[in-house]
Amino acid sequence: MNILVCIKQVPDMESRFKINSEGVWYDEADLAYRMNEYDEYAVEQAVRLKEQLGGEPVITVLSIGPDRVVEALKKALAMGCDRGVHVRDNHHYRKDPWQMASIIAAYAKDQGFDLIFTGMQSQDRGSAQVGVTVAELLGYACATTLVGFAFDNGVVTAKRELEGGTKGVVKLRLPALVTCQLGLNIPRYPTLPNIMKAKKKEILALPVADLLKEEGLVTTERMYPPAKKGGGIVLEGDVGDLADRLIGILKEKTAVLR
Amino acid sequence: MKALLICEYREGKLLDSTYELLAFADRLGADKAMVLIGSEAAAPRFDGKVYLADAGKYGEYNPDLHKQIVLEAVARENPDYIVFVHSSYGWDLAPRVAAALRAGQVSEIVGIVDGKFEVTCCNAKMRRSVVPKTARAVLTIQAGAFSFAGEPHGTPQLEQLSLAEAASGVEFVGYEAAEKKDVDLAKAEVIVSAGRGVGKKDNVAVIAALAKALGGELGASRPVVDAGWVEHSHQVGTTGQSVSPKLYVACGISGAIQHLAGMKKSDFVVAINKDKDAPIGEVADVLVVADVMQFVPALTAKCAR
Repeated sequence: MNILVCIKQVPDMESRFKINSEGVWYDEADLAYRMNEYDEYAVEQAVRLKEQLGGEPVITVLSIGPDRVVEALKKALAMGCDRGVHVRDNHHYRKDPWQMASIIAAYAKDQGFDLIFTGMQSQDRGSAQVGVTVAELLGYACATTLVGFAFDNGVVTAKRELEGGTKGVVKLRLPALVTCQLGLNIPRYPTLPNIMKAKKKEILALPVADLLKEEGLVTTERMYPPAKKGGGIVLEGDVGDLADRLIGILKEKTAVLR
Repeated sequence: MKALLICEYREGKLLDSTYELLAFADRLGADKAMVLIGSEAAAPRFDGKVYLADAGKYGEYNPDLHKQIVLEAVARENPDYIVFVHSSYGWDLAPRVAAALRAGQVSEIVGIVDGKFEVTCCNAKMRRSVVPKTARAVLTIQAGAFSFAGEPHGTPQLEQLSLAEAASGVEFVGYEAAEKKDVDLAKAEVIVSAGRGVGKKDNVAVIAALAKALGGELGASRPVVDAGWVEHSHQVGTTGQSVSPKLYVACGISGAIQHLAGMKKSDFVVAINKDKDAPIGEVADVLVVADVMQFVPALTAKCAR
């Protein structure tokens, strides 16, 4: 079996974001980066499937972006993926989801992947389009928002998270693509021996121009912080004093404290 | 301008979120037609054309077949926009329709500013203004962002849709009901919720102690539930429970959209967060800028006196 996992590297969402000079994305300097949280579940699920099948599948992990994304690839390799593909692109943020999906599909189309795992969305752009679009471009069966995954006899049984705690169960024949939701599994921490082993694993670098033949279908005109609604009271200072002030407000404005 | 609105139907019923599509189309100033893959009995109350396909035949969730049906309606209606709610149905189906039409897609629209679509990013800390470059575009709207005022009314003109061929790589097996709740947050007057900012499982007890001191229940945000620190029955948000307490205290919760959607009906919101810019601050009546693990025990001690 041949497995592909697509991952993205994103900034820590606790960061303070500044707008870049083009005004269309955040300034990428001075941010701490990590693997997109949803993608960690995708990597973990692929590695668990490999373990289930006695180590037979080969897992390729792919990421698009500047040189720093190699760090995310190395983490995925240390978690148990076999080989990495770095699609080098310093202008990744100018590409729309259609182009991102086209890049991945162009890479994947001749590789014979049986199963592709992605996160359900990225934490920074959050369009939730790329995974499904890859499946459409490749003609793969697809299910999104997985909180359950099982593989038996060539068939994937996927549990999709719907609203209000309900789940929808579907079966997919291979080749298939699934997008992973938080809570699907518990992603492992790479162990030191596996981090050392990962250093020897191959990371193939490909220039994005070799794979991208599509124009974007949407364009970002501007990025900006949301307008502050204000109105709320902001309390800052010494903790003991803050508690007294908050209790005073709750007594005045709510019937909860008397 | 014409918008084709894709209704949602689950377990035999039209979902209320369908009417948000009408509110959005009105904001756009678009003529409207709708598509429902469901049943005639569940048709939306709407004075206009509704393309109806039978969910008994095509399944309530079968994205490959639903895509074909939407494309059939697009061919008949020739809309400028095809609009879905950004839900487990919409975000699954919309990119399939967009890819088939080679149309630009804008996901999870929260507003329309100068005719451009406003979407959130970076965990709702930032916004982008996005414009499709294609004449026809696929849009998904954030649940709750375009509320429908008043009671839905009207009688749709139904037009049946069917497919000549119906092959699919996805087989729908069935639904699994939500886990049984051991706590009913919907009835609670005070909810104190723990978010990722509490740091670790052991610290949840500190949040629970405040909930007890205030005579309320313990709530939680999604990451805390996913990490196994708190049972799912305590989860507040779109995939947990929607709540409307008199007082909601969000401890170390940044304010992801899905969480805000579940607690926005609270009468009074207190947020405790180190990050003054966290999106939860936008909905909070009081934002206490502090470390949760330092502030909450101090508050609990003073409440208990």
